[in-house]
Amino acid sequence: MLASCLMPATVQAFADLIEISAQIKAAVVFDREGNVLASTLDDDRARILAGSGLGLLRAAEESRPDEETGLAQLDATLGDGCVFLVADGEHLIAATTAPEPTVGLVFYDLKSCLRGLAEEPEPEKPKRAPAKRPTTRARKKDDDASS
Amino acid sequence: MRARSLLTGVAIAVGSAAGALAYRRAAARRKERVELYFADGSMISLAAGAPGADRLLAHARELLAAAR
Repeated sequence: MLASCLMPATVQAFADLIEISAQIKAAVVFDREGNVLASTLDDDRARILAGSGLGLLRAAEESRPDEETGLAQLDATLGDGCVFLVADGEHLIAATTAPEPTVGLVFYDLKSCLRGLAEEPEPEKPKRAPAKRPTTRARKKDDDASS
Repeated sequence: MRARSLLTGVAIAVGSAAGALAYRRAAARRKERVELYFADGSMISLAAGAPGADRLLAHARELLAAAR
């Protein structure tokens, strides 16, 4: 995985995907300019995969019903495996599986991964000092001290 | 006579296996298709040979080959 140049959210979402989806053989997360954000493959193959994924996206977008409607997802069934592509805003994920996967499940896993990428980590809220209120123990100590 | 029957049997078995393999490959090729899902909820299914399908399938094959 190309973890070195990634944000922690990307790494976590991708690690989760690989862990939960046994059907996915290879996957790459990239943006619409072809920059690889995460992959299960080495750098060179990931770049080739992202380039092919981008080509697939552009070819698919030529089949769209109108200019405003974007491609949400696609699956290609080939003789020796399947290819999946899911788009979510600027991020895309392409994945391959063995023949006859559970299509719905693969799409679900890929979308979950992209959703994980889209989630911005929440900034830490400043911790508020706990409100001062007398506790039973404190009162008991006070009682002990006075006696 | 016996050797001839054996040879015939082997030839039939090999022929059947080759035929089954060829049929399986042809069936797999026929089954090749791309399904496109758009943001407005519409879906297009393109089987191999349909206009536009071959270009998409070529990209998909390239992607599958790169992943190996």
